[in-house]
Amino acid sequence: MPKHTIDPNNWVKLYSDYLFNYTITRVNDREIAQDLISETFLAGLKSMKNFKGEASERTWLISILKRKIIDHYRKINSNKGKAEVRMTYNSDTDTEGDWLEERVADSTVKTAEDTLVNSELGDAIYNCLGKLPEKQADVFKMKTILGYDTETICNDLDITASNLWVIIHRARTALAECMQDNWYK
Amino acid sequence: MKKSFLFISCDEAKHICDKAQYDEASTWEQFKLRLRLMYCNISKKYSSNNTKLSQTIEKSKVQCLKTDELNKLQSQFDKELAKQQQD
Repeated sequence: MPKHTIDPNNWVKLYSDYLFNYTITRVNDREIAQDLISETFLAGLKSMKNFKGEASERTWLISILKRKIIDHYRKINSNKGKAEVRMTYNSDTDTEGDWLEERVADSTVKTAEDTLVNSELGDAIYNCLGKLPEKQADVFKMKTILGYDTETICNDLDITASNLWVIIHRARTALAECMQDNWYK
Repeated sequence: MKKSFLFISCDEAKHICDKAQYDEASTWEQFKLRLRLMYCNISKKYSSNNTKLSQTIEKSKVQCLKTDELNKLQSQFDKELAKQQQD
């Protein structure tokens, strides 16, 4: 008997943010990330009959998304291949020596290791967020990740400011506990 | 019980600590919180865990969809889902 079942009705609500975080760290463009997620959901919908239930829905969708991201880069690279790469080291004496500075490693650029740690940390945060009641997770994301102000969230969700702070408090307490068990240890 | 203007309860301290994570606590509130942290271990522990959580989230640079982006994605998907269910 399959361990997991599939129900596309809740995909957007349950997995969009997780897939978005996964994608944005890899493509670095909000629009492209959204397109890739949309394509992933559609591909998932079309190949639902291939879902064996051995992995969770989220893992299955991530495996589709990974292929979409690879396809995206293949497409970009095949376009780049057609362009000629030019590097100009100009002979202008005023700018002489600038090329040296341009080629010095930038210490602010993230290394592959940093990216990996951030990506794993992001996964841990989303795993913990996934354990929260939906409303708590929504309010927390709006306030903490998106940085919306209290008034906007209260208007959007039709709650009072004191309600919001109670929800935030519960979410933060649960998240801190979950992160303590799954990440800080 | 009469509310002290200087000494706050543990729950109040936690509430101010939450607001402080979003820079929404006033200077006076922050002062009262600091005072509480000097003698209350429960508040101190909560504050330390809360700050650690904020730093972790900041460090992770975790992102999510904005409300309008999520709604757009949902409506696009709903259309496809409806089409699929008709077939």
